[in-house]
Amino acid sequence: MAAGMFTVQQTVGRVLCCICGISMVPNAANMCVNCLRSQVDITEGLQKHVIILHCPECNSYLQPPKTWVKAELESKELLTFCVKRLKNLNRVRLVNAEFIWTEPHSKRIKVKLKIQKEVLNGAILEQAYTVEFVQQEHMCEPCTRVQANPDQWVASVQLRQHVPHRRTFYFLEQVILRHGAAVQAINVKQIHMGIDFFFGNRSHAVKFVDFLGNVVPTKTRNDKQLVSHDIKSNNYNYKYTFSVEICPICREDLICLPPKVSLSLGNLGPLVLCSKVSNNIILLDPFTLRHTFLDANQYWRSPFRPLLTSRQLVEYVVLDVELETMVTNVGGTKYSLGEAQVARASDFGKNDLIFTIKTHIGHLLNPGDYALGYDLYGANTNDLDLEKYRGFSLPDVVLVKKSYEEKRQKKRGKARPWKLKSLPMEVENSAKVKGEEAKRNMEYERFLEELEEDPEMRSKVSMYRNTDYARSETTSMADGDDLPSVPLEELLADLTIDDEDDGDEDDDNDMVE
Amino acid sequence: MDIGVYNEGSVDIYIEREELGAWRMIVIERAKRQVFVGLMFENSCEVGVFSKLTNAYCLVGIGGSENFYSTFEAELADVIPVVKTSISGTRIIGRLCVGNKKGLLLPHNTTDQELYHLRNSLPDQVVVQRIDERLSALGNCIVCNDHVALAHTDLDKLTEELIADVLGVEVFRQTIAGNILVGSYCAFSNMGGLVHPHTSIEDLDELSTLLQVPLVAGTVNRGSEVVGAGLCVNDWTAFCGADTTATELSVIESVFKLREAQPTAIVDEMRRSLIDTFV
Repeated sequence: MAAGMFTVQQTVGRVLCCICGISMVPNAANMCVNCLRSQVDITEGLQKHVIILHCPECNSYLQPPKTWVKAELESKELLTFCVKRLKNLNRVRLVNAEFIWTEPHSKRIKVKLKIQKEVLNGAILEQAYTVEFVQQEHMCEPCTRVQANPDQWVASVQLRQHVPHRRTFYFLEQVILRHGAAVQAINVKQIHMGIDFFFGNRSHAVKFVDFLGNVVPTKTRNDKQLVSHDIKSNNYNYKYTFSVEICPICREDLICLPPKVSLSLGNLGPLVLCSKVSNNIILLDPFTLRHTFLDANQYWRSPFRPLLTSRQLVEYVVLDVELETMVTNVGGTKYSLGEAQVARASDFGKNDLIFTIKTHIGHLLNPGDYALGYDLYGANTNDLDLEKYRGFSLPDVVLVKKSYEEKRQKKRGKARPWKLKSLPMEVENSAKVKGEEAKRNMEYERFLEELEEDPEMRSKVSMYRNTDYARSETTSMADGDDLPSVPLEELLADLTIDDEDDGDEDDDNDMVE
Repeated sequence: MDIGVYNEGSVDIYIEREELGAWRMIVIERAKRQVFVGLMFENSCEVGVFSKLTNAYCLVGIGGSENFYSTFEAELADVIPVVKTSISGTRIIGRLCVGNKKGLLLPHNTTDQELYHLRNSLPDQVVVQRIDERLSALGNCIVCNDHVALAHTDLDKLTEELIADVLGVEVFRQTIAGNILVGSYCAFSNMGGLVHPHTSIEDLDELSTLLQVPLVAGTVNRGSEVVGAGLCVNDWTAFCGADTTATELSVIESVFKLREAQPTAIVDEMRRSLIDTFV
C-alpha cells in the first residue's frame, strides 16, 4: 500500500450460520463447518467396500480386465492399485491415502483416504474416510496353468495332415506361437502325421479350432464322450474331441485337378502348381499363368491329392532360356513364361538327355543355374484323375523354383543369425526312432531355408535375433550376396530367449515388434 | 360513535369517545406484520427478482402460475394494490425498477403500454417515471426506503437528481462489501436492513449512519448472499424464498422489526402520540 494513503481498517464481521444460528466468520456457503458436514457428504457415491481378486500363489492382484499386478502388503504398488480400483474418485481431489494395519490372515486391506471437494458456491470441504478391500482368493492364469494336471484334460484337438512330411506343422507351430493361440493348452503331443493339443476347458479348444480354420484350410468334426453324470443336479461331464484335418495340398505341390474341379474353375489345368496355402489354396497353371483361389469349403466338397509333392523335386541344370513374355504380376508374385532347355543334374555328364520345356519362372533362370522341378518323364504316377483326360500328354519337366543348393553347401552347419521359438511338445515314443530323428532335423532345416527364401511366409512368423551368432568376417558378402537371407531389421530382439523355463512371461514381450 | 378514522400504514385506528369522557382507541390490524416464507417463483427462490414491494404498492411479475401472485394478493390486497406487470417484456421486474411509497422509476426500455398500465394501476400520489439511464437494471443499481437511497457509483448525475426528485430521498453513492451492485446485496425498509454477510463492521456502521436504520449482515435462502434478490420487504411485511432457514428468518424478523408487530405493541406506541394529540 502506498505510504500516506488512508485506508479504512476492515474488521471481518460475524454472521449467523444459516442452519444452526451459531455466530461464525462468513464463508462461501455461509454455513458453519459442522452444518456443512451434516448437509453434504462429499464421500457420497464413492466406494467404501471393494472386492479385489488375489492370487495366493504368486501374491498378485487382478487389475481388470486381465493384468495381474504383483504387490506386497502395505507396499506403494498395492496402495496405487487400491486407489486405482476405486470408481468415481476423479470427481474429488485425493489429498492423502494410507494403509490402516490389518491382520494379513483377515484378507482385508483397509485404506484411509482424505479427499477434498467443492460444495455449495465454492466452499471446499475436506473429509477422511476408510475403504475396506476384501481379498478374494483366485488363482491367476499362469499359476492355474502351472498347477493344472496335464492328464486331466477336458477337450483335445487332434490336428492331422496326411502327408509324408511335417513342413506344415513347423509353420503352424510358428504361427501358433506368434499369436499365442495355444497358451491355454495344458499339454501338446507330437504324434505321427499330426499334433494333439489338450485343453482344460471346452471353450479354449473351440477357440483354438477356430484359429486353425483361419490359418489353414481345415475340415473339423467334434465328438464327446460322457465321463460321469449326476441326474439329480443335471450335471454331465464330457470329454470333447475335435478332429481337425488339414488339406494335404502344400505349397509347391504338383496337382492334377479332377475333371469336375477343372471344369468348375474354367478348364484350369489340369496340371497345376499350388503356389500358396493360407485359409484358401491358390492354384497356378504354370503353362498359361492363370491362377485361382480355392477355399476350404470348395476343396472339401471335391477333395483331391497332389500328383507329386515337394519331396519329389529333382534338381535340373538350366542349359538355355528364352523368354516368351515380359515379366507379369500374377496375384502378387512375378512370373514370366519362357522356354528352357534343361538336363537332370544327376544325368549331367552321363548321358545326353535334354528336355525342352515351358516354364513359368523364365525370368529367374539363367544358363548354368540350377532349378528344382518335377520329373514327370521318369515319374511313375498312378493318378486316377490323370487317366480321365484322354489325349492329354504330360510335359517332361515342370520347373518349380530356382535352386540354391550349391551355394548353401558352403553355409551348412553354420549358425544362422536368427532363430525361432518352439512349442514345448511331448514326443510320441514311436517317433523317437533314430532314423526319424534325422529325417525330422532335415525337414526342419528345409523349413528354415524356405523361410529365408520367402518373405511373405516370414511375415507370418516371429523370428528372433540369435545372440550366440557372431558375424564372422569369413562369411563375406562376396559369395553370399546371391543367397536369400533374412534382413536383420526383420528380426525381433528377444531379451529372454535364454531362460526358456519361465517362458510364460515372455509371451507378452514377443508380440511387441 | 366514531370520532375519526386514521389510516397509519397497516393499521386502522378507530377512536371513539366513551361515556366517561375518556378516549378509547380500537386498533384493528389489517395486515399482520409478518414474514411470508415458502415462496417460489417457477421453482426459483429468488422472490426479490420477480416482485417489488413498497409501502404503497406491490408489483408482481407475470408468471406461468397464479400461485406466486395469489400469495401476495392474499396478504396485501386489503392494504395496498398488488399489480401484475412486466417491464420491457421481462418478468424480472424486481431487478429492473426501483421505488418507494412516493414514486416508481422504470428503465428506459420499458414499453409505453407497461408505463400506462402502471400509471393506471398505482395510487395517484405515486409518481411513475421512466428514466434515461444507461444501467437499465435499476433494481440492482439502486436501493431505497422512503427517506434514503443507495446508488451504484457509476450512475448518471441526472439520474441521481431524478431519484432524489421522484422518490423524495437523499442519494448516496456506496458499495456493499466491495460490491457495486448495491441493490442486489442489500435490502432495507424504514425499520431496518439486511446486507451482504461479508460486510465489515466499519462498513456496516457507515451504512447504518447514512441510512439511519439498524443494519445487520446476514443471508437468505439457506446461505445465499444475494440478499436483495432473495427478499422483498416493506415496513410491515417481508417475503422470502422457500429455502430460507429458521435462523435466517429470525434474523430477518428481528432486524426488520416484524416480530414486535403485536397489536398491543402498536397500541402502546400509538397511544403515546395519539393521546398527546387528542387529549
